[in-house]
Amino acid sequence: MTTEATVHDADEQEQEERFEELLGHYKGQAGALVPLLQGAQAIFGYLPEDVMRQVAKAAGEPLSKAVGVATFYAQFRLRPHAKHTIRCCHGTACHVSGAARISEELVKYLGIEAGENTPDMLYTIEEVHCVGACGMAPVVMINDRAHGKLTPEKAVEVVRDFRSEVEGLSAGDGGAPAGATEQEGDDA
Amino acid sequence: MAATRTLIRPAPQNPRLTIPEVDIRICLGTGGVAAGSREVLKAFEEELARQDVLAVVRPREDKCDGRAASITGTGCQGLCAMDPLVEIHLSRNGKSSKVTYGQVTPAMVPEIIEKHILGGEVIEKWLVLTNEGPTEYDPFYDAQEKLTLRHVGIIDPEDIDDYLEAGGYQALYKVLSEMTPAQVIDELKRSGLRGRGGAGFPTGQKWEFAAGYQSPDGVKYFICNGDEGDPGAFMDCSALEGEPHAVFEGMAIGAYAIGASVGYMYVRAEYPLALRRIRIGLEVAEERGLIGDNIMGSDFSFHIKLKEGAGAFVCGEETALMQSIEGDRGMPRLRPPFPAESGLWKRPTNINNVETLAVVPWIIMNGAEAFAARGYEKSKGTKVFALAGKVNRTGLAEVPMGMTLREVIFGIGGGVKKGKKFKAVQMGGPSGGCLPESLLDLPVDYETINQTGAIVGSGGMIVIDEDNCIVDTARYFLSFTQSESCGKCPPCRIGTKRMLDLLTRICEGRGTLADLDFLEEMAQQVKVGSLCALGGTAPNPVFTALRYFRDEFEEHVVDKRCRAGICTALVTYSIDAEACTGCRACVRVCPTGAITGERKEAHVIDSELCIKCGACYEKCRFDAVRRS
Repeated sequence: MTTEATVHDADEQEQEERFEELLGHYKGQAGALVPLLQGAQAIFGYLPEDVMRQVAKAAGEPLSKAVGVATFYAQFRLRPHAKHTIRCCHGTACHVSGAARISEELVKYLGIEAGENTPDMLYTIEEVHCVGACGMAPVVMINDRAHGKLTPEKAVEVVRDFRSEVEGLSAGDGGAPAGATEQEGDDA
Repeated sequence: MAATRTLIRPAPQNPRLTIPEVDIRICLGTGGVAAGSREVLKAFEEELARQDVLAVVRPREDKCDGRAASITGTGCQGLCAMDPLVEIHLSRNGKSSKVTYGQVTPAMVPEIIEKHILGGEVIEKWLVLTNEGPTEYDPFYDAQEKLTLRHVGIIDPEDIDDYLEAGGYQALYKVLSEMTPAQVIDELKRSGLRGRGGAGFPTGQKWEFAAGYQSPDGVKYFICNGDEGDPGAFMDCSALEGEPHAVFEGMAIGAYAIGASVGYMYVRAEYPLALRRIRIGLEVAEERGLIGDNIMGSDFSFHIKLKEGAGAFVCGEETALMQSIEGDRGMPRLRPPFPAESGLWKRPTNINNVETLAVVPWIIMNGAEAFAARGYEKSKGTKVFALAGKVNRTGLAEVPMGMTLREVIFGIGGGVKKGKKFKAVQMGGPSGGCLPESLLDLPVDYETINQTGAIVGSGGMIVIDEDNCIVDTARYFLSFTQSESCGKCPPCRIGTKRMLDLLTRICEGRGTLADLDFLEEMAQQVKVGSLCALGGTAPNPVFTALRYFRDEFEEHVVDKRCRAGICTALVTYSIDAEACTGCRACVRVCPTGAITGERKEAHVIDSELCIKCGACYEKCRFDAVRRS
């Protein structure tokens, strides 16, 4: 997977090294397909086709099986994924406490549908089943941090605060649709 | 496999060098963190550093002869509704006190330090619990008996010495030094412990089966099922986050009993904090010789590997979970052969849920009789329930089985939020059902709850009030099972989809009375025709909803009305001109500009433009927006 010289060369080389290490670590191990896919996704952020091919080869399985497994589990992504993940919990406790309205507001605020990335590849919004913080329902997770007892308004506020932290906006600027700011390409 | 050498009794490696006068424990479970407990912990660190009365110490690392304070992050302390919870132990002048404050914010920290920690004065307005007198939260704690969660919320889950100091790994030592595998199994059988993951199968019997099969190459597996998939149950998450070593110890005891040498923990990737603490715990447990080769110097070796679940509810089913560990799609297979005979990699395998395993060391240390003395009829011991939804005191409560639903929801849980009317309690998640007020005096035990059509399941109890719609709730669960159906067998794959279609139609006001009968018939077919428990129990939310709340379904199809105002197609919003103050708050939040009216004059909603999002209803402070 050699590419022409780009600004991402260093990053890509490091990714390749980590990937090689991962493949070596699991080579010949039984049941390695799932951890290989998980590891590959942790490195690349998603599972591009050539990565899947190499994973299948290392696991000693046909590509069809690797694709079968990758599409079976909710965790795996076949398309690039934005840098930060906003997960709206739709577990039972969150559902009965108004999770649908929270999703609706966040989708409107970010200007994307659930499952999509913002054009600047900074945020993606997902609807998930239960993050295990039911006592604090309704809950939204931003990356690995959960925020509880939200209302639609508070949820937008929490995401807006997070955005201003990430993008260095002042809190008031947060109303503009995401995608307006250019970032040095982490994911581009 | 009796011990042939002298075993090494587990003991803390780094004893405490300082017993601090002030011992602060802050809940760092997922719920606590969600409420901001990390910020509170930081505030305590910073504020305590500012004063010069107490030295801030880490008791196992710092030696301090003067007055000292320590801060510890713990797992879930239980009462999530009041998170972040901060427990403060003071030992001063021969007197000791324990006080818990709730909903602590960083801004409250200086006052807590000044008045309580330095001044010794309890701040009543933030008080949740104290050993010096009653508080309004006592009912939450009084009825509880913590066997499974005995250390959760008390000790630091990232410090193995905390667990060892609390008696950790002594049960494993006892088993390895003085019990045969058959004695361990007998102990479990006499305790009456049943699988806490949902099915309620007797644990001792399960171990006996697995012990009875020989492996072709001598390898047997012991799996911990931490794929807590029921959306609304979080006890396994809390047990793993709060004391992972208790689960390792339970696994090792079980592995010794059945003769397994390799263990797997299968834990949801959605629980990053639990995964982190398991990794930390496993590494140090191996280092200390408590897990791994020749445990405590015995002949018994048992290694534990961590597998991250990749997000599939069906993997909670044991055969699907094993497929997943083998690197395949997690699809259930027909049983027999049962895993005890031919499980993971076709070897004899035993699989237990997290909560089941966490209580095993307690049973070994305290005896089967002590466990069996608690509980009810065929449901022995205690069970952890996750109280959530529209209940005042949300959180985790461990109580003896056989308590009534009313005692749990209204006693421990403190009743319904905001004085609303109780409608139902959902038990058992997507495999369970909604039980009405009339059944609240039933005892919570496996047999009784099964008879209602719901199940105890993993112990999730979601309270639903008058603002929730039963049809929408049933639809919610079907949309869950439909999307989580693995697709292997047609009754589940197609049946859940058709049931979801019917429920959606009813919610959208297009249902008929004939649809209700068809729905019931379809549910019956999915129940009997499905291969595994996912499909077999997927119709339960529908059965119970139709059984106990048929009038609400009929209202939806005949009167085209949703009394809770949830099914948007059946709802209209209007403004009560009398109550409206003309503040324009609703005008500002309306996304479609459907509300008009001058300031200080009654507003009007244009029903043509209204998309029924309910934003105005949520916003209005004068109850002027009416939903009907």
